[in-house]
This record gives sequence, C-alpha cells and structure tokens, in this order.
Amino acid sequence: MRIRFVSLIFLILSFAAPCLAQSDPKPLINQLANANFKQAEDIIGQIAATGDARVVPALEAFAEGDLYARKADDVVFITTASGSKLALVDPLTGESAGEVAKGAMTKIKVNNNLRRAIRDALGALTLMSPDRNARLQAANTMLAAPSEDNLELIETALARETDGEVRARMEEARAVSLLTSGRSIEEKREAIERIRNYGGRDAIGVLRGAYGSIDASLQPDIDKAIGAIESEIALWDMAQNVWYGLSLGSVLLLAAIGLAITFGVMGIINMAHGEMVMLGAYSTFVVQDIIRSSAPQLFDWSLAIALPVAFLVTAAVGLAIERGVIRFLYGRPLETLLATWGISLILQQAIRSIFGPTNQEVGNPSWMSGSFALGGMNVTWNRMWIIIFSLSIFFALLVLMKKSSFGLQMRAVTQNRRMASSMGIRTPWVDAFTFALGSGIAGIAGVALSQIDNVSPNLGQSYIIDSFMVVVFGGVGNLWGTLVGAMSLGVLNKFLEPWAGAVLGKILVLVLIILFIQKRPRGLFALKGRAVEA
Amino acid sequence: MITGFVLRALDGKIVVAIGILLAIAVLVPALNLLVPAGSAFHIPTYAVSLFGKYLCYALLALALDLVWGYCGILSLGHGAFFALGGYAMGMYLMRQIGSRGVYGDPVLPDFMVFLNWKELPWFWYGFDMFPFAMLMVLVVPGLLAFLFGWFAFRSRVNGVYLSIITQAMTYALMLAFFRNDMGFGGNNGLTDYKDILGFSVQAPGTRNVLFAMSAIMLALCLLIASAIVRSKFGKVLVGVRDAESRVRFLGFRVENIKLFTFVVSAMMAGIAGALFVPQVGIINPGEFAPANSIEVVVWTAVGGRGTLIGPIIGAVLVNAGKSFFTGAFPEFWLYALGGLFIAVTLFLPKGIVGTIQHGWHARTERKAAAEREKGEDADMMPQAAE
Repeated sequence: MRIRFVSLIFLILSFAAPCLAQSDPKPLINQLANANFKQAEDIIGQIAATGDARVVPALEAFAEGDLYARKADDVVFITTASGSKLALVDPLTGESAGEVAKGAMTKIKVNNNLRRAIRDALGALTLMSPDRNARLQAANTMLAAPSEDNLELIETALARETDGEVRARMEEARAVSLLTSGRSIEEKREAIERIRNYGGRDAIGVLRGAYGSIDASLQPDIDKAIGAIESEIALWDMAQNVWYGLSLGSVLLLAAIGLAITFGVMGIINMAHGEMVMLGAYSTFVVQDIIRSSAPQLFDWSLAIALPVAFLVTAAVGLAIERGVIRFLYGRPLETLLATWGISLILQQAIRSIFGPTNQEVGNPSWMSGSFALGGMNVTWNRMWIIIFSLSIFFALLVLMKKSSFGLQMRAVTQNRRMASSMGIRTPWVDAFTFALGSGIAGIAGVALSQIDNVSPNLGQSYIIDSFMVVVFGGVGNLWGTLVGAMSLGVLNKFLEPWAGAVLGKILVLVLIILFIQKRPRGLFALKGRAVEA
Repeated sequence: MITGFVLRALDGKIVVAIGILLAIAVLVPALNLLVPAGSAFHIPTYAVSLFGKYLCYALLALALDLVWGYCGILSLGHGAFFALGGYAMGMYLMRQIGSRGVYGDPVLPDFMVFLNWKELPWFWYGFDMFPFAMLMVLVVPGLLAFLFGWFAFRSRVNGVYLSIITQAMTYALMLAFFRNDMGFGGNNGLTDYKDILGFSVQAPGTRNVLFAMSAIMLALCLLIASAIVRSKFGKVLVGVRDAESRVRFLGFRVENIKLFTFVVSAMMAGIAGALFVPQVGIINPGEFAPANSIEVVVWTAVGGRGTLIGPIIGAVLVNAGKSFFTGAFPEFWLYALGGLFIAVTLFLPKGIVGTIQHGWHARTERKAAAEREKGEDADMMPQAAE
C-alpha cells in the first residue's frame, strides 16, 4: 500500500513539473517535404525542441523511410504499403487519411546522418517528455545500453529534471555512459562511485566491461567497487533467503498451530490434523465456487468469507471426532494415533468421492497477486499476507489461551484434570471444545494454504509430518516453542537448499530434528515440573 | 543350552502354527505344480505369488509385534527396514541381469547407463554375490535400527515421540530414495529382474520355491520370536513394556534390552522385504511411505498385539480383504481400512487372537473356579451331615 501511495505522489509531482517549450510541430513536419538533408537535420532539431511526444511516430517513420509527402499540397503523411497503393496516416494524430496511388506521393529521403539525428532527437524527446514514465523508461534504456553518444543528451536532460527517481536513474545512466567516454579521470572516478552505489548484478557487468579500456590508475577503484557490490549482493541474497525461510516457516506455523493445541496442550496425537487443513482448503474452494456462480463481484472477499466457513466446518468435524472416537481413548495416546489415522483415511476418501481425485482450482484475489521489490529482494504479496496472517492467528490464539476464561479452563484441565473437575469445570466439555478449536484453526490454515498449494485430497498428507516435527521440535505444550520451531525450521531449510538441493535439504532437516530430539527429548522449550512425567 | 532355549519356545500353539506353516510350504507348491490346471484343487501360479506376498507381510507384522506388542515401542518406520531388505535383494537381482538389460551393459544396471554413469558406485560392489547380498539383507536394516535405537533409547525418547521420529526416519529415507543421485533407481526403483541363483524369477518352479521359502522363514522367525518372548529375557521385555521405570530401577539396562529387540525386529523386517521383492518383481521408494508403515501397525492390531500368532493372522486377513476390495469396490477400500483402524482401537483393543485368548482364559478360569467351588461344597457336605 505504501509503495503505491508514494508512487502516486511522484505522479502528481511530475504533472506539476515545468512544461517544456511548446509550439505546434505540424508545420515543422510539413516543412520536411521540400527540405534537403542539411535543412532536414535542422528541422529534426526543431521538432525535438517542441518536446511534444506526439511526434515520436513521425520521427520513427522518417528513420524507416515511411514518411511521404503528397505531391499535390506537400502535406506529409506516414504511409504503409497496401497492395499497389499507399495507406496514409496523419503523422501526429495517427488518424487514417485514406489510400492513394504510389505515384501521387514523394518519399522523403533519409541518410545515415539523418538517422543519427533522429535517434538523438527521439532520445531527447523521451528523456524530456512531460510523461514521467516515458522519461524513466528512456533513462532505463540508456542505462541498459551505455554509449558515449548519449552522454550530452543525458546531461541536458539532467539539467532540467526535477523528479527524484528519474534523476537518480539518469545519473546512473550518465555514469555508465561516462565510463567508456573520453572524459577526465576525476569524472570517471565519480562515475565508478555512483555505479557502486547503484549496485546490482548489472553494475558489476558494466564495471567489468569497462575494466579493459579504462585508465590503469582507475582499475583499483573498479576492483574495490566490484568487491563492495558483490558483498552487498551477498547480503541481499541472505536477506532474501531469510525472507523465504520466514515465509516457509509461516506456512509450517499455520499447519502446526492447530496441532500445538490438540497435541501440545491436550496430548492427543491427531493424525487427521492434515485432513482438517485439507477440509479448510476445500471449504475455500466451495465458497469461491458459489461466489463465482452467484456473486462474482464479491470475489476479492472470498477468502474473508471462507475463513469463518472453514473454521466452522472443521471445528464441527473436530467436535464430532472428539465426541465419537477420541474421548474413549484418553490416556492411550498410541491408540489415539491409530484411530485418528483411520479417520484421516476416511476423510481423504470422502473428499475424493465427492470432489474427485484431481486438483481443484482455487483463485487468488487480486490483492494477493503480484509482488514488489524491497531493496534487492523480491517480495510476493501472497507470501507477505500469509506471514502476517499466520502471526495474527498465533497471537490471537495466545491471547485466547492467556486472557479468556475458556483459555483458563483449558489450561486448568491440562494441568490437573481432577482438580479442575473438582472446581466445577466441565472437563469433557472443555476437552471437546479445545479439540474443536484446534481443528478449526487447522481449517483456517487450510484457507491460507489453498492460496499457495494444490488443493487435492492429499493436501493434508504433505503437512502432517512437518507439523509434528515443528511441535515436537519447539516443545510440546508451549505455543511460543511452536512459533520459534516453525520459523527456525523454515529458515534452516532455505539456507540448506542452495548447497544441498531442495530434497536433500529437507532430508538433512529431518535428520537434524531426529538428532535434536535425542539431545532434548522434550523439544526446545520443554515444560518443567510434574506435567512432564504425565 | 541353545536347544533348551529353543525347546522352551515350543508351547502347543506355536508348534501348531509352525506345523501349519510348514505344511503350507509343501502343500501349496504341490497343488500348483502336481494338480492339473482343470482340477478344483489347482492353485494358479499368480495366487502362489499373492499368498507368498501375504506371508512376507505376515513376517513384517510379526517383526513389528515383537517391538510393539512385547516391548511397547510403537515403530511407525518398520516399512523402512522392510524396504531396505527389499533393496538389498533388488540390487542382487539387478546385478544378475548382466548384459540382458535394454542397454546391454555387462556391469551397470540400465538406470545407471541412462543417467550416464561410468562405473558402479562403491555401495553396489559385492551385490553380484548371493551370500553377500543375503548378509546385507540382515546387516543394513539391522545397522540402521542399531544406530537409530542406540541414540533414541539412550536418551530415553519413548512413547509418542519415538513413534513420530520413526515416522520421520522412513519419510526421510523415502525422500532420499526418490533422488536419482542416490544410485538406487530413483522414482522407478529396481525392476525388470531376470533370474535368481540362475533360475528365472518368472518360472512357476522358482515362484513356488520362493513361496516355500517365505513360509519356512516365517516359521523360523516365529520360532525365534517365541524363544525370545518365552525366555527370562522375554519376561523382562514385557516388564519394560508395562512399567519401564520400575524395570530400570530394578537394575536392568532398559536401553540395551530395547535396542536388542529393535535390531532383531528390524532384521526380520529386512528378511520379509528380501522375500517380497522377487515375488512382486519391483522395489521402489513408495515402500518407504509412512502410510505403509502405519498399515503394518493395523495388521498387527487387528490380529492382536502381544500374541505372536495374531499379527500373522491379521496381516493375512487384512491383505486378503485389501485384494478383494481393491478388485471389487476400489472406492470402498480406504473407508474399510479407516473403519478398521477405528473399530479395532475402540472395540477390539486386544485384536482377534487376543480377544479369543482372553475369552478362553476367562472360561477356563470360570470352570476351574466352579470346580473348586464344587469340591469345597463336597468337602462341606459330610461335615454338615456329621
């Protein structure tokens, strides 16, 4: 949002920028009809001086040899061959002006000298165009293709430029062009400094390219600049990796956070947890499907609508599972594991029977698509939102656990069931709703994961082992442990990936967790006290 | 001493079970080879391989039962040991193909030629020799179990945590074996076997021998398992299952007891895998999937954990059911399997054999009590008459 706001300000500023010399270019173009090469060059200069962006097509056509004058009245048109005739187009407005026979027109001749003049004029026109974006693009083009010829043009444009970003880009373009020009060593040293500040891989390319031809006394400067840029890039790469890691970590957090409740707080091994995530994703699909067919204008709100739906659906399923199966198995964790695995098979097959085994199409609302650049990093909006989303769920849950009376009862039952029961807490009721809460949160996670993963009946399977790893690694019964566990596993994974590859990186992480559990069987943040031996 | 150790293993039920297995080992091949194809008693060759597969699964379930039913370690990674044994056998079978592969390379298996490898990786050396391969069938799963158990039991990782990390272990292995760079055929695994010890794996004779071997190995492992659980060591084992801390405080080294059982169990699983591969004709990383290992747990639970015969019956029953359902109602199988998981844990926690045994015990005890009561009554009578 902020970036958009800033660019809006720039846009307004550029409209307010002083307008360039104005005069009507139409007569100037018509003068070309009877001009010789020398005169034509002057006219091109004058046309460029109008600063009117409308003349660009005419100049381009001139360079291509497509500019013709009508013999009858010396009016100039852009033409395209149309059979034996020529189709005429007004050079300024681009309106069609009918077709005439070839004999009725004279071609305005062009030579290499004129072509160069035209190119400079075009560069100047775009560099000095009143449209900010056109100027920016022109500067970028010159930055990409440095040439000594552009130097004076850029300097002229720089003198009148007021827009900060465009100015910076022009400065860079100037520096790049200057490096290969015949300017003084001092100026070149400054240019190297500027390119160094500009940074990026392109800058290294430019500096390397200039290395051979430049004065030997400047070579150490270039070496230093390249070194500085490279370390800067390495730093950004690291930041990007951390970002990817946090993004993966937030996905893990989303998947694991419901499990942190059911497994971490209640001690239930819920192997059907992944299927709760899957049910959440399918709820999103169904909600979007209904919206698409009955109220397409609400599509950007589909996720907001899907959130409560997914929560209610999965919480209801969770409640049914707890009342129907799990409550008979308290105190027998291994049996719970088997029974919930059976439930997960049934849920998977049920979804497969209803929706089919193939991936379902879940769309991204517009505010979740696209990306923006942050320094040397590329940040996609959907990842950004998922990080924000998972953290907000985490903190909401934390508040619920610590501040609400339901959370208080939940903790009481976990710590000492019989004492809680004696104090009048309905422990079966608390069990059921705690499990429903954990399942519901898994469903919400499913809404978010539907945005970045394939929505298929197997969606849950791919998360279940990772989620257990996160909870066990972070420490059972501790929400903060889950947060730290998820984020550190995510970042670790992304740092291992570049040199080990994605699959091997994942294997290494699993092995590291297995070793870690040997060292600290209760995870990073172990509960202390009697509860441990329960 | 060893004979005594083995003889003690032979109580009535085990003798009967071993007898039945040995009888099957002779009967089924006989019915396949000697009875003409038209006869009602003829067993087709595909069915021999199918039954052989069930017996391998039964051996795997038996191996799991040894650690779960008697030692209380719920391993969700036994499929990994099974698959490793299978890969060891598969590597031997691949080397036997020789120059008959598609690319005709005398040494390298087809997939290595395809990946443009120039020479055999070091871990493939020796697998052209049958005895070495058979040794590896035992050593590789055993070694993995030893390393894993050595770390896990020493740091007292137990219960659910152990289950979860065993699952992570098999998951990690699955990911690893899916990689082409690992040198085990990646996604496709090892397949297209030609012969074993010079006999074609497709020939009915070889298939029958493999079947008989499966039955005999199952009988042998049953004997070993029975000997273990009926020895003094077995009593301690059950003690570890029921009250680990108490056994530790009595001075037993619980981690060593667990480690020994875990390694023996892993080796049995490896044997099962090695017998499985030539009968099925392929081994691929899918065998490492965590879901497979959990399925083994349900076979054991259905049959009855803590009984040695239960898992064998459970594995055969569930897999026969699977063959039937996936053929007749493919949609329905996962519902049935899922329902089975729930029903067994809720209504049949001891499993089929365990429940029957329990009922039997209860009945004999009721009878005995009735007898005693009658006797007491008889004693009382004269007194009353006096």
